[in-house]
Amino acid sequence: MTVVEFLTDPWHLPFMQRAFAVAVITGLVCGVVGVYVVLRGMAFIGEAVSHSAFPGVALAYAFQGNLLLGGAIAGLTTSLLIALISQNRRLKEDTVIGVFFSCAFGLGIVLVSTQDSWSTDLSSFLFGQVLAVGPEDVWTAAGVGAVLVAVVLLLSKELVAVSLDRETARAAGLPVMRLDLILYTVVTATIVMSLEAVGNILVLSLLITPAAAARMLTERLWTMTLLASLFGGTGALAGLYVSYAYDLAAGGSIVCVLTALFALTWCLAPRHGLLARARRRRGETRRPVTEQAVGA
Amino acid sequence: MSNAEPLLRARDVSVVLGGRPAVQDTHLTVHRGDLLGLLGPNGAGKTTLLRAVLGLVPLAGGDVLIDGLPPGRARHLVGYVPQRHEFAWDFPIDIAGAVLSGRTRSIGWLRRAGRADRAAVEEALELVGLADLRRRPIGELSGGQRQRVLVARALASNPQLLLLDEPFTGVDVPTQELLNDLFARLAADGRSLLMTTHDLAAAARTCTRVALLNRTVVAEGGPELLADPEQMLRAFGLDTAIGAAA
Repeated sequence: MTVVEFLTDPWHLPFMQRAFAVAVITGLVCGVVGVYVVLRGMAFIGEAVSHSAFPGVALAYAFQGNLLLGGAIAGLTTSLLIALISQNRRLKEDTVIGVFFSCAFGLGIVLVSTQDSWSTDLSSFLFGQVLAVGPEDVWTAAGVGAVLVAVVLLLSKELVAVSLDRETARAAGLPVMRLDLILYTVVTATIVMSLEAVGNILVLSLLITPAAAARMLTERLWTMTLLASLFGGTGALAGLYVSYAYDLAAGGSIVCVLTALFALTWCLAPRHGLLARARRRRGETRRPVTEQAVGA
Repeated sequence: MSNAEPLLRARDVSVVLGGRPAVQDTHLTVHRGDLLGLLGPNGAGKTTLLRAVLGLVPLAGGDVLIDGLPPGRARHLVGYVPQRHEFAWDFPIDIAGAVLSGRTRSIGWLRRAGRADRAAVEEALELVGLADLRRRPIGELSGGQRQRVLVARALASNPQLLLLDEPFTGVDVPTQELLNDLFARLAADGRSLLMTTHDLAAAARTCTRVALLNRTVVAEGGPELLADPEQMLRAFGLDTAIGAAA
């Protein structure tokens, strides 16, 4: 197989075209939203929301409703409960999250265990089913994704002010709590729309890893946002190629490619990467020696 | 000056935090051109009083008026400089961007910063001496530079009343001098400043008036008050100990 064949071959298959479209859209949107998840330290919330979408998906499946809608309602309910209950500062946020997401996931498992025939469908909730998406799923992903990116970009000024300093933002009269709820809602919607591509368990990787890799490379929010969506999109694309070429699980392949990308930036980032740090440290340890020599 | 309506008037203010009184029956007035230093030991309620003036904590009693308005409606008149650790210094943004964030509210929803906003940022940066570093990421700044960023962010919204929480703690000498001069200039310009500090020397140098706080204002007057040992002992809660010893 030539390189050109390798690159063009999957595009002859309609289901691969749709898979590419959904995966790339998901990667782009997750990159943009993930920037705030990473900068606000919301990784654990993301984990909680993705797991708590599970009982909603299971219920929707049982009643033959819209799986995404079921997941969205369950995820949103949980994340709003977390946001509200953690306003009471007696319990730390991660504690509240721990209570809710394990509860939601347990509930999902209980629901699934009531039906014998669900085990194969269960695995598609958990690990995604990007090769089985229909044309309407592509349009849903594109529409929902565009709205989510628009919300984040339009509110970026306010989100930045709150991320920098909540107290002062509140003192200036910004509705900090409502902005929190909007951000939680956007994160939840992003996670639910990503369930199709990578599933419940792996979605966090799409949300966190591209933004984390981008953070290694820049000190500017816009550059970070662009890089994160670029990494998310190309990572999803490359992951699907790998999956197609070697007949591997699609969601898992995407995650592995993204993680490899992150590892590369972590090692090679020009200023904050492993190599740059090591080089600086060597420079620092050498300097006193030369100073001593000069002094002598 | 004393006949004029004060810019900030706090009357009988009490704040309860976690079931305990943090501030009790406190009076405080700040006139235009005042640079009032709020001094007291740790836990005296200095930050809590600032937060009450900002409308960030509910009052258990009393009221706060800023230019005749309650704090919730006077937000455009007030600039706040919190303690440095309140700020996310690891956020990927440069100095100019961090200072611009002080104008988020005045720019308004769904709008981008305009020429007036950029001019205000530029002016604030000049005032704190950071104009040359405007593109520097905030993560790479020294303690003194960070303090100046916070002051510039508050000044960017052109406030009439500037509230500063421990602005001199842990900053280098050049920054201390720069901020000293700047605060004096702002006060001379007719703005009002209210600053908490536990640095008596800095307060004596900078402030036009001082108030000693220990749950409530125990004494108020010119900076010469800081030379009165009896008042200082009362403010720092040592008078009873000394009385008992005597």
